[in-house]
Amino acid sequence: MTRISIQVDGVQYSDDVEPRTLLVHYLREQVGKTGTVIGCDTSNCGSCTVHLDDTSVKSCTVLAVQADGHEVTTIEGLAAGTDGELHPMQQAFHENHALQCGYCTPGMIMQSIDLLRDNPSPTEQEVRDGLEGNLCRCTGYQNIVKAVLSVSEETRLKVGTAGGTL
Amino acid sequence: MTVTEERPVAEVGSPRRRKEDARLITGRTRWTDNISLPGMLHLAMVRSPMAHARITSIDVQPAENSPGVVAVYTGADLGDEQGSLPCAWPITADQKAPPHPPISVDTVNFAGEIVACIVARSASAAKDAVELVDVEYDELPVVVDMAAAAKGGNLTHPELGTNVSATWVFDSAEAGTGGNVEDAIRDADVLIERTYRQQRLMPAFMEPRSVVCDPTGEQTTLWSSTQIPHILKLMLALTCGISESKLRVIAPDVGGGFGGKLQVTPEEVITLVVSRRLGKPCKYTETRSESLLAGHHGRDQIQKLTLTATREGTVTGLKVELLADMGAYLGLVTPGVPILGAFMYNAIYKFPSYRFECTNIFTNKNWTDAYRGAGRPEATFAIERLMDELAVEIGVDPLEIRERNWIKHEEFPFTTVAGLEYDSGNYEAATARAKELFGYDALRAEQRERRERQDPVQLGIGVSTFTEMCGLAPSRVLGALSYGAGGWEHASIRMLPSGKVEVIAGTSGHGQGHQTAWSQIVADRLGVPFEDVEVLHGDTSISARGLDTYGSRSLTVGGMAVVAAADKVIEKARPIAAHLLEANVDDLEFSAGKFNVKGTDSSVGIGELALAVFAAHNMPDGVEPSLDADATFDPENFSFPHGTHLCAVEVDTETGETKIRNYTCVDDIGKVVNPLIVEGQVHGGLVQGIAQALWEEAVYDDSGTLVTGSFVDYLVPSAADLINFSTDRTESPATTNALGVKGVGEAGTIASTPAVVNAVVDALRHFGINDIEMPCSPHRVWSALQQTDGRMGWSGADTPTEKTMVEDDADPSHNAQLSQGSGDAGSHQGGFE
Repeated sequence: MTRISIQVDGVQYSDDVEPRTLLVHYLREQVGKTGTVIGCDTSNCGSCTVHLDDTSVKSCTVLAVQADGHEVTTIEGLAAGTDGELHPMQQAFHENHALQCGYCTPGMIMQSIDLLRDNPSPTEQEVRDGLEGNLCRCTGYQNIVKAVLSVSEETRLKVGTAGGTL
Repeated sequence: MTVTEERPVAEVGSPRRRKEDARLITGRTRWTDNISLPGMLHLAMVRSPMAHARITSIDVQPAENSPGVVAVYTGADLGDEQGSLPCAWPITADQKAPPHPPISVDTVNFAGEIVACIVARSASAAKDAVELVDVEYDELPVVVDMAAAAKGGNLTHPELGTNVSATWVFDSAEAGTGGNVEDAIRDADVLIERTYRQQRLMPAFMEPRSVVCDPTGEQTTLWSSTQIPHILKLMLALTCGISESKLRVIAPDVGGGFGGKLQVTPEEVITLVVSRRLGKPCKYTETRSESLLAGHHGRDQIQKLTLTATREGTVTGLKVELLADMGAYLGLVTPGVPILGAFMYNAIYKFPSYRFECTNIFTNKNWTDAYRGAGRPEATFAIERLMDELAVEIGVDPLEIRERNWIKHEEFPFTTVAGLEYDSGNYEAATARAKELFGYDALRAEQRERRERQDPVQLGIGVSTFTEMCGLAPSRVLGALSYGAGGWEHASIRMLPSGKVEVIAGTSGHGQGHQTAWSQIVADRLGVPFEDVEVLHGDTSISARGLDTYGSRSLTVGGMAVVAAADKVIEKARPIAAHLLEANVDDLEFSAGKFNVKGTDSSVGIGELALAVFAAHNMPDGVEPSLDADATFDPENFSFPHGTHLCAVEVDTETGETKIRNYTCVDDIGKVVNPLIVEGQVHGGLVQGIAQALWEEAVYDDSGTLVTGSFVDYLVPSAADLINFSTDRTESPATTNALGVKGVGEAGTIASTPAVVNAVVDALRHFGINDIEMPCSPHRVWSALQQTDGRMGWSGADTPTEKTMVEDDADPSHNAQLSQGSGDAGSHQGGFE
């Protein structure tokens, strides 16, 4: 067992983990962050995407020990509290009907936020390419792409007043 | 008493944002794998790497000694307690089926079959121990190819003496619904013969299947990632000999299904049996690799097709000879999947004669079962590909050949050659709208231009004017087809004293947005705010009766049960309202949520009545103090959505790569409850059908090993592979239900596959290519081009007039050898009479 210290959704945790423990298993089983889910075992589906120090990672490809000393944000840390205001990307997914069963949604939202951080004004094709590592079986992606573009447009309009909302 | 509320704007038809989103976008979800109980044990499965072998020994000792392991069970250990997995659809009286123990006892019949189960204190300890179980196998001959299996040779199940499970026939001459197709073949001006292959697919729902069982307490509770909590409860009770009342099944949040979770799985039975044996809660969650290996597959048919027509292109007959690969076992509805297609090959066309014959074959592969569309995508693909071939043969546009043969809008209701009565539709309107949106004529002009200048990237245009039968289903029809259950649906409405309304649905949504849609229906029906309606489902202790969600049935059957329950609430409230208003029952009218005494301003709201009934201080004599109501709805007919789908693809003749350029569909699903949800269903459905056309295929090698056992090899498309679709609707209300609605869940998947393949073939037709086997991968397209005469394609002629390129000619002298006897000893006659 190895002792790690990680901040998850703003809360500091110190835990003993087996060195082979994947970050996603640590998050789900030890921290109880079950909003982050597992969809495959080959890092293809992106369902487990979280932010590690503000960069998206597939938490099935990171060992928990590699996250020692870092900050992790999951889907559960995006909105401010259980009754808090939704993140603009969460709101956009809702408004644009960008989810059906919702299983890919946490990973898709986390990746979409990262995508816009890298490229605040993407084209439709850039959004599609940026989401290539996240699979969805329900939506056909059309409304997901629409949701991401809607946030990017809003972001552009808000630059200078509420910049950095992402 | 006065009611001041304005009548709400109609909820039905409004693009309401979904109620279920709130928890899904914030991670406050309860997937089965999230459930953790004190002392819970974890299961891992040891699976056979062999496709067909006798188990000679299993040494579990090292696994049992592994840290954290509590027990290891083999099939022999569980014995009779594990029962045999159920098949609810024996399509013929003489159907052959092997026993199907959840853990194999002495023989494995496909690679991935469970041979032992590890129980440990952690999931990782269980998985570690899987490697330690030493199984000795004595290999048996492996049957992989269904066409070879149909002819005999090696047997999948030697004890059955054959690889044929059943043969099922529908013949319009015998059923009295049409003529004899052999006469049509004998007299044909034009005869088109084709063989198409429906490759094996995987449902690939995003949430891997998971099951948790808690055997403590009076009632055993089983959570499962399933589409069918009610059917699962009944089947588990029957399989394991448990009283239904002692079993509670819960489908919590379920991450997609597409038919893939319409099953009673070995893993569910094993988890139930093991947890009851040990008296401890147990969990099993599959890996993605296990899901692809052992979750049931779909499609996998070979279709031998004969279409006849007059020289003018009027269809005269259709003969379908189908081989359907069951895999090694018969799952819940495995044998019935091709039968669901049997009534759809004639599609929207007025065939005077039709014969369908299906032979179900066993092979040493994972079993097939329902996958989005189940039987109907296969049928639609076949007929829509054939109509394009007929268009080429006759020398007219593919839309023109369809119009010459389809049912005109004024001819509804129309009884088809397969014996179904289509209630409504307007193929002309949907097609006209689709052509307009698509820019059909301009794309045809571009196609001609690209051919003329010998552009290495060729344009192809594909058409699919589909219909389907869905909304499973009228119970008496299912009975006539030997299905083991009915097709009704149940709903309850509870009027709460707070004025809120609880809807308890027998359907079990897993992404379809039932919470939202049922709320819209009830809000309108009872005149209550959308926000005041709560929908509960997916728990057999809350929703006691139901037949769950599949076959595009939830709205057309379950939604109608909700309507019927709401109407009963109103009728129960009426005498109470009359009593409170001191009026005659006949003088009351109900609208916008209140009973009003005609011609007065005296009224009482349904919410006020709910509170009055709760208090029960002032009830009329002999009236029970409850407004709650139950209803069971059994549809009188299927619903028949239809639509026109147009696809343009660009095929690079140098690399074989296909890119979708445009996709337009105009679907007619009758009245719409929530257009936002409908559009989402169409988008997702289209992509699954497109994926069959271009990317997805479950491949087994000659030894029966699945070589597409992960998302690295099984090509579920990503956003980068796809484009935005152009969708619209026309509206021909269903006449067979009060809402006027038709199913939409499977429509996109059923329609899109032939549209795409027709487009690919259309792009290459002038090279002498008249088919590309699915998936139309770059390799297959490139290979097909290499086999053609390189310059043949650059003649610059239009698609419809290139008769010389048609491979199968229509020489009537061939007819004699094509005719076959129609007597089939032991076959079963199916029909809807």
